[in-house]
Amino acid sequence: MVRILVCVKQAIDVSQLKVDSATRRLILADAPKKISDFDKNAVEEAVHIKEKLGGEVFTVTVSPEDAKTTLREALAMGADKAYIISDPIFENSDTLATSYTLAEAVKKIGTFDIIFCGEASIDSFSAQIGPRLAERLGVPVITYARKVSLEGDAVTVERGLEDCSETVKAKMPVLITVTKEINEPRTPSYMAIMNAFKKEVVIWKAADLNITSEKVGETGSAVRVLDVLAPKVEREKIVIKGETAMEVAEKLAKALIQEGIITR
Amino acid sequence: MSKHLGVWAYSESSELLFELIGKGRELASKLQTQLTAIVLGHNVTEHAKELIGYGAHKVIVVDDPQLKEFHVETYLSALIPLSKQHKPELFLIGSTKRGKELAARLAARLSLGCVPDCLELEVDEQGRLLARRIVYGGNAIVTQVFRTEPQIVTVPRGKFEKPNYTEESKGEVVNITDIQIETPKTEVVEVKPVSMAETRIEEAEVVVGGGRGLEKKEDSKILEELAAILGGQVGYTRPLAEDRKWFTEWVGLSGHTIKPKLYIACGISGVIQHVAGIRDSNTIVAINKDPEAPIFEMADYIVIGDLYEIVPALSAALKKVLGVGKD
Ligand SMILES: Cc1cc2nc3c(=O)[nH]c(=O)nc-3n(C[C@H](O)[C@H](O)[C@H](O)COP(=O)(O)OP(=O)(O)OC[C@H]3O[C@@H](n4cnc5c(N)ncnc54)[C@H](O)[C@@H]3O)c2cc1C
Repeated sequence: MVRILVCVKQAIDVSQLKVDSATRRLILADAPKKISDFDKNAVEEAVHIKEKLGGEVFTVTVSPEDAKTTLREALAMGADKAYIISDPIFENSDTLATSYTLAEAVKKIGTFDIIFCGEASIDSFSAQIGPRLAERLGVPVITYARKVSLEGDAVTVERGLEDCSETVKAKMPVLITVTKEINEPRTPSYMAIMNAFKKEVVIWKAADLNITSEKVGETGSAVRVLDVLAPKVEREKIVIKGETAMEVAEKLAKALIQEGIITR
Repeated sequence: MSKHLGVWAYSESSELLFELIGKGRELASKLQTQLTAIVLGHNVTEHAKELIGYGAHKVIVVDDPQLKEFHVETYLSALIPLSKQHKPELFLIGSTKRGKELAARLAARLSLGCVPDCLELEVDEQGRLLARRIVYGGNAIVTQVFRTEPQIVTVPRGKFEKPNYTEESKGEVVNITDIQIETPKTEVVEVKPVSMAETRIEEAEVVVGGGRGLEKKEDSKILEELAAILGGQVGYTRPLAEDRKWFTEWVGLSGHTIKPKLYIACGISGVIQHVAGIRDSNTIVAINKDPEAPIFEMADYIVIGDLYEIVPALSAALKKVLGVGKD
């Protein structure tokens, strides 16, 4: 019996995000949201372990209440229960503040053998929440997991780094952040989706965790956002045409040499 | 809050540390303070002296047999007391995966903010550090300021210039010996190095990029040939590594960020996460058979066509004008 908690983020679906080209501002108001990709891998890994060894999988998110719809997906994938930590005072929290809220939630939810997070979220991509949460809970952390196996009270994790792959062992409880390579998240069946509606979704406000506004939101954050702007794109967009591939290639080669981009 | 002073630079990758020293010097002079490089390891005195040559005013060394190999927990147990005692105002940490974890955990332990993967760092007229990074999968750049010190930022490879080495540079090397290194809770049981290109892709002046337009792994040969003629390297999109398992590295938001003089994207659609890694290339050539491919929005030279025809033809054309191969 393994008790697993998966931290999921309801992220902006960045592939559908629109930019106002005149102001370079993002149109965030009605941007579609979804479970952050790597968090789905985390849910899959947790459910996979539960299916093999038995146990329970809970998920937790710090999000607006509309995260309920998104979290149903994790429940349909096989998680047993979901917690949404939601309060207007959490708005504009940075990773310092969010990891605090998450840690308080985890402490209240219970004790776990493994806590899974995605390696990073698709929208902010900071890769900080996992390690920060582990520090706050005082448990060891293994990041960038590509393979996880359990034996007795220990986990063995293969992690992918730039110049090597490392196999790391730790005693549970442990926090693990997973990469996309670790598995292929399942597509829930119709039955599983229907079942998900019967599963419990707990919603807690800041007060339920005794969290006050000075530790979260803008006041509780260590970094402040000054500006968010789409990058400028200034490209020549010169189309190279020709009758044959060779003709195109020769024109391109000539242009690159003439412009000094390729030097002889 | 007591006064925080000085800019620090640390990376377990020495090449990246040189770049951090370069950028750190610049920021230190704007903040009217000094740049200190941090060295953790065992028998690292020579390395420490080298860092003075690259421009560090001062090097703080923690030399301990337990620090011989990088382990995030032992390294963290050295950095925490160092940061508490010496109180830098700004700490630049190399944005490798190891470095990012280290920075996040250091920030967590000291209740500080951290801005990871900065592509720009600037001091404004009020003397505030502005840290810029890519967010929303490459759709936007956010500018952030800190409310806590030390301000911790991580900086990826290849963002800033490596400074020149000068033998005459003077600086002080300080050995710290009173630090208790903690025994880690996680144990590294095996390390398998992955084969890496001889020069790092971040340093290549020309990069030929391959995407899912490549049908077979062997076909990457035609890209390698083109890269060889231009004295460059080949890089790929994430699906070729992740889905097809052909390679272990990729270019983009979650992989390497590159800024070559010339990037030639072959059979790459130009999805935002890939584009985030090539945005700073001086010139971008895109070869794609789909006239609507988003990569063309990012391109200086657009070739609508089949990479299997265009790339070999381009190699042939270049060979003719350049002579065979460039060194
Ligand atoms: C959180 C997150 C992080 C990510 N990070 C990265 C990252 O760091 N780097 C990265 O690359 N991706 C990343 N991705 C994946 C990214 O979203 C795209 O899926 C990926 O970049 C697409 O790769 P591609 O262009 O090779 O493939 P596709 O999008 O499938 O494009 C293939 C292109 O090849 C063209 N083509 C096909 N055959 C030919 C031919 N014979 N000749 C010419 N053209 C041809 C097609 O027209 C098409 O445009 C990330 C995704 C997520 C969710």
